[in-house]
Amino acid sequence: MYTEKVMDHFQNPRNVGEIDNASGVGTVGNAKCGDIMRMYLDIDDNGVIRDCKFKTFGCGAAVATSSMATELVIGKTIQEALQVTNKAVMEALDGLPPVKVHCSLLAEEAIHAALWDYAQKNGIQIEGLEKPKSDIHEDEEQEEEY
Amino acid sequence: MQKDFIYLDNAATTKTAPQVVEAMLPYFTESYGNPSSIYAAGASAKEAVDRARELIASTLGAKANEIYFTGGGSEGDNWVLKATVEAYASKGKHIITSAIEHHAILHTCQYLEKKGYEVTYVGVDEKGIIKLDELEKAIRPDTILISVMFANNEIGTIQPIREIGAMAKAHGVLFHTDAVQAYAHMPIDVNAMNIDMLSASGHKFNGPKGIGFLYIRTGIKIRSLLHGGHQERGRRAGTENVTGIVGIAKAAELAVERLEEREKKEKELTDYLINRISQEVPHCRLNGDREKRLSNNVNFSFQFIEGESLLIMLDMKGICASSGSACTSGSLDPSHVLLAIGLPHEIAHGSLRLTVSEENTLEEMERTVDAVKEIVAKLRSMSPLYEDFVRANG
Repeated sequence: MYTEKVMDHFQNPRNVGEIDNASGVGTVGNAKCGDIMRMYLDIDDNGVIRDCKFKTFGCGAAVATSSMATELVIGKTIQEALQVTNKAVMEALDGLPPVKVHCSLLAEEAIHAALWDYAQKNGIQIEGLEKPKSDIHEDEEQEEEY
Repeated sequence: MQKDFIYLDNAATTKTAPQVVEAMLPYFTESYGNPSSIYAAGASAKEAVDRARELIASTLGAKANEIYFTGGGSEGDNWVLKATVEAYASKGKHIITSAIEHHAILHTCQYLEKKGYEVTYVGVDEKGIIKLDELEKAIRPDTILISVMFANNEIGTIQPIREIGAMAKAHGVLFHTDAVQAYAHMPIDVNAMNIDMLSASGHKFNGPKGIGFLYIRTGIKIRSLLHGGHQERGRRAGTENVTGIVGIAKAAELAVERLEEREKKEKELTDYLINRISQEVPHCRLNGDREKRLSNNVNFSFQFIEGESLLIMLDMKGICASSGSACTSGSLDPSHVLLAIGLPHEIAHGSLRLTVSEENTLEEMERTVDAVKEIVAKLRSMSPLYEDFVRANG
């Protein structure tokens, strides 16, 4: 059900771990729904993301999207990182099964949450960044059978 | 498929026994006649169906004309619920079941609720055993049916069927049991246990898929499932699945002959898994009752990790297992069974079910425990929940 790229990022996740004294940390998702992502950002004085690490509790797609998201933001400026959308993450993974699309949303949200934390810590405003939702499942409605 | 994998998902389905395949073959290639036909090829097919019906009946202490062949467990469950409520509508519209039934029961009950029936879902204790006092309290004058599974498919808990049967009888309520996981795995006597209806499925005990049966005690009114021909005493029309019927009977015969021997072998394997995992993997819990459980079932929850990841990593090591996590159920909610026994959502997401067969070996169990230990540790090392736990506990 997963593409080769998803399986690769699940089996060999890039940038797993924590960053001590990170510039920004964001945690999104909820354990009730079975996925939580935490992103750590190390941002230099020029606003460039030097490093990004993650920890994820979740399914194969949740791990793979976190891993891919870290790869996509490392080396980018804050504004460029904001352009890393869930679509970009999905495309980079050659797609996700429909039921797993929310994992890519979670990855996007995790980056935003970490950037939000960075902005809060430094008392700055990042153009185009809104306060992230703590739970991406808030608006989702489950489909009924029958 | 080559046997280069360790198959530990026998509650999902089993390998069709070679003797079963062998018994079925002549009914594809030689005696392929329609059992309803008059000539010899039809007659021999009919004889095979009759023999199969007698054999199945004998394994339950039932009569042959009380056995109805179906397309499997879900069909039997659907049939019982939908057709009984219709036949007994004059008595009432109330059904009692448990919170941990298979979806074939639960979703059918939800369907009936939309049609105006009332369903009481009786809870279970933390081991997954139905609360008998709650069950008895739920019985009303308009209750027409109690449906409680014989043994649970996820956590393997065996229900107090004899007590429920006696209770149903005392109150004059029909009693159905979904015995898909239990039939041919443990002794069942429909008379001693006061079971009025029982559904079973062939592929859970080394029979073929797509065949099952429903036992309906003589005298019980139940509407026909399929209208058409006279097959199955007019209650389920359609040309008999002769090969499947021959197959399920052969599988039942083989299973019942060696019931105790097989249980003992399976228990040796599951005891090994339970003991080692309990001792060697921190922050885990065995789900279900330690004693009152199917001999082939192991179900653990591992804190701080998610089940689908665990399954994929086990699969990469050639181990087939299953989980009650949301990701494996196609919804956001983890297993209703694990929630019913009181597990919090995040712990229910991290469950693992291993169901053995007597063909498994201790060496395979050893490899499985080693793999589980390694994978759980790896997933915890990437889990923010574990990180928080370690921080909070130094």
